[in-house]
Amino acid sequence: MTTKNIRVLKVVVFLLCLLPLGKLGLELFGLAGMSLGANPIEELIHRLGKWGLNFVLITLAVTPLRKWTGLNWLIRFRRMLGLFAFFYVLMHFLTYAGLDQHFDIPVIIEDIVERPYITIGISALLLLLPLAVTSTKGMMRRLGKHWQKLHRLVYVIACLGVWHFYWQVKKDILEPSIYIFILVVLLGYRILARWRRKRAARTSLDWTSG
Amino acid sequence: MKSSNRILSWEITSEANFLNRRQFLREAGLVAGAGIASSVLTGRLLADERDLETVPGPFSTDEKPNSWEDVTTYNNFYEFGTGKEDPYQNAQAFVTRPWTVKVSGECDKPGDYHFEDLISPHALEDRVYRHRCVEAWSMVVPWVGIPLGDLLQRFKPNSDAKFLQFKTLHDPNQMPGQRRSVLKWPYVEALTIDEAMHPLTLMVVGVYGRTLPNQNGAPLRLVVPWKYGFKGIKSIVEIKFTRRQPRNSWRVSAPGEYGFYANVNPEVDHPRWSQARERRIGGSLFAAKQPTLMFNGYSDEVAHLYAGLDLRKNY
Repeated sequence: MTTKNIRVLKVVVFLLCLLPLGKLGLELFGLAGMSLGANPIEELIHRLGKWGLNFVLITLAVTPLRKWTGLNWLIRFRRMLGLFAFFYVLMHFLTYAGLDQHFDIPVIIEDIVERPYITIGISALLLLLPLAVTSTKGMMRRLGKHWQKLHRLVYVIACLGVWHFYWQVKKDILEPSIYIFILVVLLGYRILARWRRKRAARTSLDWTSG
Repeated sequence: MKSSNRILSWEITSEANFLNRRQFLREAGLVAGAGIASSVLTGRLLADERDLETVPGPFSTDEKPNSWEDVTTYNNFYEFGTGKEDPYQNAQAFVTRPWTVKVSGECDKPGDYHFEDLISPHALEDRVYRHRCVEAWSMVVPWVGIPLGDLLQRFKPNSDAKFLQFKTLHDPNQMPGQRRSVLKWPYVEALTIDEAMHPLTLMVVGVYGRTLPNQNGAPLRLVVPWKYGFKGIKSIVEIKFTRRQPRNSWRVSAPGEYGFYANVNPEVDHPRWSQARERRIGGSLFAAKQPTLMFNGYSDEVAHLYAGLDLRKNY
């Protein structure tokens, strides 16, 4: 894959990532026969949150996918996907804080403190913040080996996000269960890969010492 | 007895419908070629056609009722799916005639009653009630129904009848939601005998002057306006007078979150969310939530039923 091709593909992926937002816009304004239903604010909050979570998981899928397919250039899309995760999660929060709670700060703080699923959700957003800020090439260079350590926070964020989703569902846990399954696969892959690496290192050590 | 208020609220509704019709005709002209699903169009038309003969009933609120669309497309009726629009989508082919209700338990006239025999001796009343869901949203709905107490008297409950248990139809062939065990089927709800006999409690057979749409719980459902919406059991096939407090479905599924009483109470939060305020469906995108009222605003009528009861424990 040439750099030029990647640049073109990046524009395509960028536009694809904006599709959910565009669809929500059409529905919000009742265009093209689409609508958000009788409770548009709740629908908007839920859909933005779900896309935030989708993008967190898509971002986490890049590395396994790259190893599996051998397409190393996939890694060059990871930052953009991660930033879209942050974007949708931030929109999710702003819709909740603005449209649903009218930026009533005491009520929002009470919600965050008293409702565990909101505590978890806001934690995930706060943890995403440093990752978004340090996503630039300059910050990567400056942070050096600490950068990767910091960005491992995404594993925690993904767990918090799925937990937040699971906990706010009234009763039907089918959909959050699917998210849990995907999360387990994505994190399981990493644990397995790490274990394999360690074992490989140990065997090679045995071999050199023997 | 006709109060000017009630007549007025009804007139406002008809006027709104009239405007809806004009808007509908305009939109229909615009989108006819675009191939919008015909069910959407018929859904709108229905609001203009009353098919029930009704008399104005007591207790109606002056608040503006939600639109026919809101009332008939935003429903919790897990028998037809857990999404809010699932009942509207999945209940259209549901067969509600003939319909039999089995009456049993502590009463002198148990038996299997045909829907028509249950309802026809009574005058159908228009009652505009506030409807508050446990999920913190609310609507104003112009129900058509009969006071449950009047119906129950006909079965001659005996002195051991302390509670009333209701069951929804269990028919996974017709009710796709019942093919998954989201709740334990059939759905069960219950009231104390005093709650059931209270003049606010309604056995509903219609909305907006029309036969109840399937997604709203056809052919007959309960409406208890001072309680959270899930107490309003739908598509009822069984009524039983009992001595002991029955176990209602939501309480069985999550006893820490849903109790027997489920009275609307802004001071007792759901363990996972606040009940202090509610989102009134149909408001503008920038409308604030409104404060939830004790007993959903029906304190004067029902607070005495719970005198001395710890409502924090008996949620």
